[in-house]
Amino acid sequence: MTAITTQGLTKRYGAITAVDGIDLDVREGDVYGFLGANGSGKTTTVRMLLGLVLATSGTAEVLGRPMPKAGAEVLPQVGALVEAPAAYPRLSGRANLRVHDALGKGRRSGRAGRVDDVLDRVGLGGVDERPVAAYSLGMRQRLGLAHALLHQPRLLVLDEPTNGLDPQGIREIRGLLLELNAAGTTIFLSSHLLAEVEQIATRVGVLDRGRLVVEEQLDVLRQPTGRTYVSTPDVARARALLDGQVESYDESSLLVRVPDVAALNARLVQGGVRVSVLAPEQHTLEDVVLEATTASSDRFERA
Amino acid sequence: MTRLIGVELHQLVRSRRTWVTILLIDLLPTIVAVLLAVTDIGPRPGSGPAFLSAVLTDGTLFPLAAMAIVLPLFLPIAVAIQAGDAIAGEAQQGTLRYLLVRPVGRTRLLLAKLVSVMAFVLLTLAIVAATAYVVGVLLLGNGDIGQTTTVSGTALSQQQLIGRTFLALGYALLCMLGVAAIALFLSTVVDSPLGAAMGTMAVLVASTLLLTLDAADSIAAYLPTRYWLAFVDLFRDPILWRDVLRGVLLQVVYVVVFLGAAWANFMTKDVTD
Repeated sequence: MTAITTQGLTKRYGAITAVDGIDLDVREGDVYGFLGANGSGKTTTVRMLLGLVLATSGTAEVLGRPMPKAGAEVLPQVGALVEAPAAYPRLSGRANLRVHDALGKGRRSGRAGRVDDVLDRVGLGGVDERPVAAYSLGMRQRLGLAHALLHQPRLLVLDEPTNGLDPQGIREIRGLLLELNAAGTTIFLSSHLLAEVEQIATRVGVLDRGRLVVEEQLDVLRQPTGRTYVSTPDVARARALLDGQVESYDESSLLVRVPDVAALNARLVQGGVRVSVLAPEQHTLEDVVLEATTASSDRFERA
Repeated sequence: MTRLIGVELHQLVRSRRTWVTILLIDLLPTIVAVLLAVTDIGPRPGSGPAFLSAVLTDGTLFPLAAMAIVLPLFLPIAVAIQAGDAIAGEAQQGTLRYLLVRPVGRTRLLLAKLVSVMAFVLLTLAIVAATAYVVGVLLLGNGDIGQTTTVSGTALSQQQLIGRTFLALGYALLCMLGVAAIALFLSTVVDSPLGAAMGTMAVLVASTLLLTLDAADSIAAYLPTRYWLAFVDLFRDPILWRDVLRGVLLQVVYVVVFLGAAWANFMTKDVTD
């Protein structure tokens, strides 16, 4: 079962192509990291998936139904945070959630319970009745997440959900998302923060100037490079010992290409090289993304 | 749908702006009543707002005079602001996208907003009429009970008066629905609620201005404000239906065209704010 599939999804604004024929494949149960620089088309894609922006061409299916056509059936099962959170500034967070609960399928009985439950989940359980206008950025972000969690969605579509949160808050939200995912919620996480995605995603898609340039399981992308990182005070001795296998070095470490790390270790120790760190090198998400994408899209070079 | 309307109405009555606006609108006819009572100088018959010359002898007619006072300017401005805010205001606040993904259907949202604006008009007119009745009777006295005179000078029974007042109220509501339709359309076009309200006021001011211009006679019958005050004709004896019916027809056309345009535009609009 797929959570989101798109075929040739394209959005043009006049002469500008914001999203250029992308084929997404998000499976149910994924934590899908949707990466891309600012302006690469992430938000436009998210908006098309939710039926806010109408595609110029191509199709999108969410939870197996076409969007935006089947929005009335699909959207009640989707929780969304699109760019910044938004709420009626004069109402309290609770009152805002009550409004949204009433607009959804929620019956009046149990409304207070549902609202309290999502507030608890995002860490706002003890919030007073002050209006949202008086909320801090982090509180608004948490309230936005609470909105998304109302009515227990099968799919969460989150655009930069940790914006404005402090490190503890980010960690808390990460824990919450993992918990929801473990309980079966598919999470589509759009972000430009590689580190954030790397810590939580099972699958990533990388968008570059409106094109999907990478879509793969995260552990496939982070496969070993075949090189081993060696940190040692005896760089010169190590180089002499491993002649021809050292790919690069500096004054305290080397990158060595060997098939067997254990054998390398034995050889270094036998040769009298003191080893402080020995680790197989892995591709980082940053390597993958930088390799696949072109220059930052908010840079405008002089021609 | 009823839930959505319920939420919208709840927001309407909870909003401080609603009550401040109504208070300001209500203030104008009240000031007029006080001035009339203190000075006892009414406008000469045939000049000034309708009914004003009549209310000096009969305060129970003051609600109609109050309606004639607020209808040309104050009420349309308030309607333009309310309806202009309907979609553009939600968009500017960022709440429009969250309403749409809840999901609230676009057609339903538009209809609920329209209902809310009309509820606002009804509420305002009711409060203005009630205040005007109290103020009128207290300050200007209530002539001969059951002996209200028409604009034509003949007598009108209490029953007739009530019936015609409701007709006038319905007519005023329809005129304001026309304003709301224009403002709602602009609200789906521009990003700022102020822009939509100002645009609507520009249309109304232009219409009022053109009506004073002889050279614009040929298009006068199609201008939105042309028949607004025709409800006065409901209080002639016999009722002068011609302008009232033309006014109804004209407003229906404006409502259909602009609501249609608002719907068509909103349904195909990319919500990007």
